[in-house]
Amino acid sequence: MKNKILTSSCLVLGLLLSLTAQAGEFSGNIGLEGRYFLDDAAYTGQTAGGLALSLEPEYKHKWDNDNNVFTVKTFSRWDQKDDKRNHHDIRQLDLVMATGDWEFQAGISRVFWGVTESQHLVDIINQTDGAEGTDGEDKLGQPLFRVSHIQENGTVSFYLLPYFRERTFGGKAGRFRAALPVDTNNVSYESTKKEKHIDYAVRLTHTFDALDVGLSYFDGTARSPLFKPDLRSGVLKQHYPLIKQVGLDLQYTGEEWLWKLETINREAKKENYTAAVGGFEYSFPAITESGSDLGLLAEYHHDSRGEVLQAQFQNDLFLAARMSLNDAEGTEFLAGTFFDLDHQTKIFRMEASRRIGKGLKLNIEAQTFMDVDKKDALSNVKKDGFIQIELQKYF
Amino acid sequence: MIKYILPVAIALFSVNVMAETPEEKGFRIAKAAEASNDGFGDNTADMTMTLKNRAGQSSVRKIHSKVLEVKGDGDKSLSLFDTPADVKGTSMLTFSHGLKTDDQWLYLPALKRVKRISSRNKSGPFMGSEFAFEDLGSQEIEKYKYKYLREEACGKGWKCHVIERTPAYKYSGYTRMMSWIDTNAYRLVKVDFYDRKNAKMKTLVSTGFKQYLGKYWRPNLMSMQNHLTGKSTTLQWSNYKFRTGLSHRDFNKNALAR
Repeated sequence: MKNKILTSSCLVLGLLLSLTAQAGEFSGNIGLEGRYFLDDAAYTGQTAGGLALSLEPEYKHKWDNDNNVFTVKTFSRWDQKDDKRNHHDIRQLDLVMATGDWEFQAGISRVFWGVTESQHLVDIINQTDGAEGTDGEDKLGQPLFRVSHIQENGTVSFYLLPYFRERTFGGKAGRFRAALPVDTNNVSYESTKKEKHIDYAVRLTHTFDALDVGLSYFDGTARSPLFKPDLRSGVLKQHYPLIKQVGLDLQYTGEEWLWKLETINREAKKENYTAAVGGFEYSFPAITESGSDLGLLAEYHHDSRGEVLQAQFQNDLFLAARMSLNDAEGTEFLAGTFFDLDHQTKIFRMEASRRIGKGLKLNIEAQTFMDVDKKDALSNVKKDGFIQIELQKYF
Repeated sequence: MIKYILPVAIALFSVNVMAETPEEKGFRIAKAAEASNDGFGDNTADMTMTLKNRAGQSSVRKIHSKVLEVKGDGDKSLSLFDTPADVKGTSMLTFSHGLKTDDQWLYLPALKRVKRISSRNKSGPFMGSEFAFEDLGSQEIEKYKYKYLREEACGKGWKCHVIERTPAYKYSGYTRMMSWIDTNAYRLVKVDFYDRKNAKMKTLVSTGFKQYLGKYWRPNLMSMQNHLTGKSTTLQWSNYKFRTGLSHRDFNKNALAR
């Protein structure tokens, strides 16, 4: 029996490889990142900025009019200072097959849900790669099975998530942490099956002319842990509760105005809460002869839990300007500020990118915290304002 | 009886032709040009876009495109970017409509995010090239007002209708375009674009026309020269395939993300 399974899995793998060997494409990027912190570290053990290297190769094979796609994508990070930031992940290893009105997916992948820019509330399938980035947009590969029924103006998708991924965190040497570093070894779960608890999710999307609507339901282990300080061992312990979450996202796309809303309701044993983020993006007509685009964004954040560690944006306003030069180098800027409306705390964030030469891209990112209130969870990281310069080589 | 009817009919017909205004004639030719493209069904093609600046430095974008003809509305199209390498895997889905704004979605592979975008910036350059979004979009007949000007020779022994087109949609970067359409097969050989100050801004010349399925003409080279900046962009088309079996199922948000 064992032999049979081995033989058949080898056959399947062999078949996949022979298919992929025909017309597969290899691509990816390698990046060198330098980070400079504006202030001295707040806690002992933390280091100043330094260099880090990343590698993200991808292999993709599409066949049958792009109806079938096989992808492998891995990510590796080597950090000069923080060994907890040294990590490797399978971002994607999956097969997507479309046939008729159905689409099937099996493997490890990344799923994105939602419409807003400054926070992704509805997006829940993947775990955040917290060791990697500070904006929560880096995600770990999630093992999943998906079946989607594709209708004329929408889709219905069912997700089965057979394995849970714990969040990654930087270590003692890293910045962006509280006084106590997060313990990533002894993690507790509400489910007795721990990371083997099977989560599931359903998502409906529909386009009504200029309005795009998404409705989702998730039942399983929360991606965001609850933290409990363990003063004896000097760490923050993580606990992952079971939750049920309903999410709604809306976008109205006009000519100059985009209106966006995301809202969730989460039920758990300890707490039920609702959160929302909504606002607009206004695009100005081409502002120069060369056709640059300027957009203004405003998004308001609400969280019924109020000022707690887990709810960073409970009554906050995000204002930003985005500019694309539409030049051959694809130059883009984004600068924005989060204003906490309960007190004076502000986060300023800036991103810029530009192609320089063949296959090279320059990314600049900066973030500072201003007038941080003692009650705000951000007071832990208020000394971690930084400027980061990254050079990526695409191949 | 017939003896009388025929001359009368001819007289009426010629009166009719005489009475056709330049606007009506321009519209009639545009309509015939559109009809000559009816029924192509779907097509796929590879496009190599080469940008050249005044100093002669060039950069290349490669895009695979799929188009589905939609009866009674604008076409659906899906563009998949291959180079520059940092945008590889990015794709764009467009449902074009006549005067109504197009529906457009962008897929960003790094986040695996499908984003509905505003298609308002029609005059903006496509990936830094000399082609604006409005130059590359589906050219529905109701998007312009037409005025027939004259007939003249336009190279290769061809004769062309010279027609002035004025955008009827909002946010165009042009006041008007002069189009040279060959009288034989309605091939668009040349277009002069006039900017908002009515200065001649760009010229598009299409060459290497090939006929597919015995009916549909497509150029293999389109060269856009910007007279104001000295920059130019060429579009080299290859691997044209028609009626490949694409359907509406290949033009949705899921297909965009595949």
